[in-house]
Amino acid sequence: MPDDGIGARTLRKEDKRFLTGRGRYTADINRPGQIYAAFVRSPHAHAAIRSLDTAAASAMPGVVAVLTGEDLKADGVNGVPCGFSPTGGNQKAPTRPALAQGRVRFVGDLVAMVVAETLDEARDAAEAVAVDYDPLPAVVDPVKALADGAPLLHDDVPGNLTVDWNLGDADATDAAFAKAAKVVAFDLVNNRKIPNAMEPRASVAEYEPATDSLTLYTTSQNPHITRLLIAAFEMGIPEGRLRVVAPDVGGGFGSKIPHYPEELLVTWASRRVERPVKWIAERAESFMSDAHGRDHVTHAELALDADGKFLGLRVRTIANLGAYLSTFGALSTTYLYATLLSGQYVIPAIHCNVRGALTNTCPIDAERGAGRPEATFLVERIVEIAAAETGIDRIDLRRRNFVPADAFPYQTPVALSYDSGDYEKVLAKALEVADVAGFETRKRESAARGKRRGLGFSNYIEACGLAPSNVAGAIGAGIALYETAEIRFAPTGAVSVYAGTKSQGQGHETTFAQIVASRLGLPIDQIDVIEGDTGTVQWGHGTYGSRSLAVGGSAIAKTCDKIIVKAKRVAAHLMESAVEDVEFKDGSFTVAGTDRKLSMGEVIMASYVSHNFPTDELEPGLDERCFYDPANFTYPAGCHVCEIEVDEDTGFVEVVKFTAVDDFGEVVNPMIVEGQVHGGVVHGIGQALYEGCQYDPETGQLLTGSYMDYTMPRADNLPSFTVGYTTTPCPHNPLGVKGCGEAGAIAAPAAVINALCDALGIRHIDMPATPMKVLNAMQQAAE
Amino acid sequence: MYAFDYHKPSTLDEAKALLAGGEDPKLLAGGQTILPTMKQRLASPSDLVDLSGVAELKGIRDTGDALVIGAMTTHATVAADATVKAAIPALAGLASGIGDPQVRHRGTIGGSVANNDPAADYPAAVLALGATVKTTRREIAADDFFQSLFETALEEDEIILSIAFPKPKRAAYAKFDNPASRYAIVGVFVAETGSGVRVAVTGAGQEGVFRSAELETALGQSMTPEAAKAVKVSADGLNGDIHASPEYRAHLIPVMASRAVAALA
Amino acid sequence: MTITVSMTVNGKQVSREVEPRTLLVQFLREKLNLTGTHVGCDTSQCGACVVLIDGVSVKSCTALAAQCEGSEVTTIEGLAAADGTLHPMQEAFRTHHGLQCGFCTPGMVISAVDLLRVNPDPSEHDVRKWLEGNICRCTGYHNIVKAVLDAAQTMRGTAVAAE
Repeated sequence: MPDDGIGARTLRKEDKRFLTGRGRYTADINRPGQIYAAFVRSPHAHAAIRSLDTAAASAMPGVVAVLTGEDLKADGVNGVPCGFSPTGGNQKAPTRPALAQGRVRFVGDLVAMVVAETLDEARDAAEAVAVDYDPLPAVVDPVKALADGAPLLHDDVPGNLTVDWNLGDADATDAAFAKAAKVVAFDLVNNRKIPNAMEPRASVAEYEPATDSLTLYTTSQNPHITRLLIAAFEMGIPEGRLRVVAPDVGGGFGSKIPHYPEELLVTWASRRVERPVKWIAERAESFMSDAHGRDHVTHAELALDADGKFLGLRVRTIANLGAYLSTFGALSTTYLYATLLSGQYVIPAIHCNVRGALTNTCPIDAERGAGRPEATFLVERIVEIAAAETGIDRIDLRRRNFVPADAFPYQTPVALSYDSGDYEKVLAKALEVADVAGFETRKRESAARGKRRGLGFSNYIEACGLAPSNVAGAIGAGIALYETAEIRFAPTGAVSVYAGTKSQGQGHETTFAQIVASRLGLPIDQIDVIEGDTGTVQWGHGTYGSRSLAVGGSAIAKTCDKIIVKAKRVAAHLMESAVEDVEFKDGSFTVAGTDRKLSMGEVIMASYVSHNFPTDELEPGLDERCFYDPANFTYPAGCHVCEIEVDEDTGFVEVVKFTAVDDFGEVVNPMIVEGQVHGGVVHGIGQALYEGCQYDPETGQLLTGSYMDYTMPRADNLPSFTVGYTTTPCPHNPLGVKGCGEAGAIAAPAAVINALCDALGIRHIDMPATPMKVLNAMQQAAE
Repeated sequence: MYAFDYHKPSTLDEAKALLAGGEDPKLLAGGQTILPTMKQRLASPSDLVDLSGVAELKGIRDTGDALVIGAMTTHATVAADATVKAAIPALAGLASGIGDPQVRHRGTIGGSVANNDPAADYPAAVLALGATVKTTRREIAADDFFQSLFETALEEDEIILSIAFPKPKRAAYAKFDNPASRYAIVGVFVAETGSGVRVAVTGAGQEGVFRSAELETALGQSMTPEAAKAVKVSADGLNGDIHASPEYRAHLIPVMASRAVAALA
Repeated sequence: MTITVSMTVNGKQVSREVEPRTLLVQFLREKLNLTGTHVGCDTSQCGACVVLIDGVSVKSCTALAAQCEGSEVTTIEGLAAADGTLHPMQEAFRTHHGLQCGFCTPGMVISAVDLLRVNPDPSEHDVRKWLEGNICRCTGYHNIVKAVLDAAQTMRGTAVAAE
């Protein structure tokens, strides 16, 4: 077995270029003759456009074109579609024109596009586009948006209600509550986040008149989906005439899943003016227009019997979906959310209603965790509140209700069948690793320094490895969710792995190469992973939902298996034996009972320099491909333990200790997995303590539109972390892996807020728990 | 950014002439505020006059009873300078907490004081220490210098040469950061001077930096953290934003004052 | 109106005609094609654009190219030795998985190099405090901090050995 196979802490293959400034991000790409785009965006949350005058802008120096919604119409370009409609949700999806057609609906909504010789000229001219707005009343709060008399965003979506969806058995849940010994209820707001990948979105499009074809370089987690939408749904051109390339992508966290109007506009403009067109978002544009995440207002009730056993959970959520439905629309707020409401527990009856509201805010889509953080926060908070109100120890209450280790596969009342897990084991390990026994001592030490210390737990589960295609279809997705891989060889043994996923920092070039190295017994240095180019990768669904390893990695593993089958036939031919007698192990082919032996490299060479193949029964070449469709989601689970200190004078909260114990199934590269956990946890800590998108409730102006106002977690906000594992392999994929990219973001918010409530002795506090809110909570608690 | 002309004078006279000559010239004293402002197209000067080549504006001197810091001295220099650390350690401490390291490498004391951002740190030190702002035209006492948000006593064509800080007996600065921008939500500079206790508050006032009479009185009677904390500050006239309401700022002022008192050196 | 700006970048003398409003980061990326220096915000806070000017870390999005006339500028492309050997800070980031998407990395590495100039033996707290002007959205900073501490140790070792 090579040193860099599955399980090794292999250093990343991609790092050398990133560390020497040779990464190639979209903004680094320049095409000959390129011109620049700048957008006119709405300064109003809601307004009718009385008139739009582009004459002055068109006459500005360097301007090549000033384009508006009318030009899109004239060219027969369609609006930007939503690709998801939750089954049973009676979805009403408004039309989203790429450039405004008489109306703007959020601050940052696109009004016009200027292309000019230089970026400064484009920006100068964008300022000269004269737009006469007639401001309309705006609504940014989803509860208010659904109330009678709220400003109506779209004539074809009555009451701003875009989705009204239920999951679970309402009658059974009512019956469970009717027999409950204790009911615990609370209201929560799951705060809106702005994803803030450090690389702002960017697109460069180039039209090739000779072939009437286009190439779009863009910041995407799923370039094939972008191609599908632009070519087939928006521009009406054959998909094969549009090549979409996502080069190095500087973080995504969900924000580069959606296909955005700017991508279409840059592509369309480049065809229209027959010049390459480049656009790079300023950070202010990212804040305004990158799909935001979360934004729920929820009422939750938990029914318990006299022994503290959970009987039922009832959830009513109003979800803010923004001014238009983004590419995956209500997916995060319906199926990725309510299906996780059983948590790690046996809850015999669950019912959830989600109403999706359109508001004068930026559209909402997946953000790291996407629905599962919202579910986990709800479950792990209400369990904690239930513990306080029943007087049952919070660990004990969880243990009483865990799905037992011998109950898998476990069918929840909210559609999922958990395939594997051992929650008791994870909890036990977490208690040990986090030294929970020593907490009281640490609490006394903190008190001596004038700080209140709190301890919080979050026993999360997630469904990831998105997703079985039959499930994707059944729940209302417009795409399947299998993944593809293709492996090609050069005669001298170089291996090219084409994957349908797309790394934005997750290290696929290394992890995927490790899989191939292990499976084929080849040195990792000769294995290259290629992603993100529709011109070379046949098809793929991209990277999100912690799916890349579980689904894409499995496709690669199965491709390797196909290669081995073929290679055995080649080896049998070369070694003049029956194929049944050929064994493959550690990169070598042997014939049982003989000393005949061939290396994988020799077989590769022979497959391509196939001088003596019986070509009627053995084809030259070893290339194989696989479309792998998983049988189920994967179910990573774990226990995160947080300790915080509160400064009583200021309300300042510091996370002083954080332990993550996770069951991700098998782990391919522990170094990378730990990095994913660290990063995810900080997304969760950020949501809990720092990050909260705010719009002015009256004007709909974005109040957190820069790093001056939107609090990003920084190095000095955080401690170092402790990470541990337990392992129950996934039973249904060839690698036994479950996925790790979102766990931290899912688990951490509840761990932090539970610790904070513990420290302050309060029932609940909404996120982000800023110092001012914490101080107010302390003052109220003292009254 | 809008277009402008760039000038880099090497003498003060040249700088003065450039400032007097342009249509709407602005001084570039480090650029950590004006450049971001211009990038967002919120300012459009006709000319930028870069003062970094003017030797007269640099340098730190201890004159015995005062510390004189040239206008173009960077925050990093003030933070690390042995003369400053010996004369007024609180000033070095304050400078070491401005912005981040890269901002401290470029931003200057003169630029910060002239800009008078209501959440900047230096104005608190200048006011609490009763410093004198020396310009190309005159000397301006701190009490007369800061007028309102981003407004000072400076005339359009006036350039700050240096700031003279009388040495206090003891002084300290404590601030509560805005978690996003890292500017002060509340910063309190406490100085025990020959002529009594002076306390200046930045980050909190609707009109920018101000002296707190309540805290000066209380600390004049008892220079203890407890005395500072016991002061009740009114929320009237204080800023409110998404991070801190006027009431929260009012609460933080005595808290930060008490921390400054505890740290007096 | 354009002006001529000359400076030394990564040891090479360069001279270009630019508009006065050209930022150093634009000069590096657009005039010199040194695209390793990134732009992640417009308010001088993210630190993706940090370079060394005359040996000191600066946000190149908040400096005019004109202000750097005659200066020595080091970007991420100029940090490794001429033979390609990584700088100890680059090596430590690689060894400790101190980067994921790589976008903040150039600024982060340069900033960390500058920390060790000022403070060759930093504590974890010192490292975290110094890096407040560099935002990373991927790593949670854990491995970055480890990398910087390790590089500090390596570089101190080198310094001792060289004496």
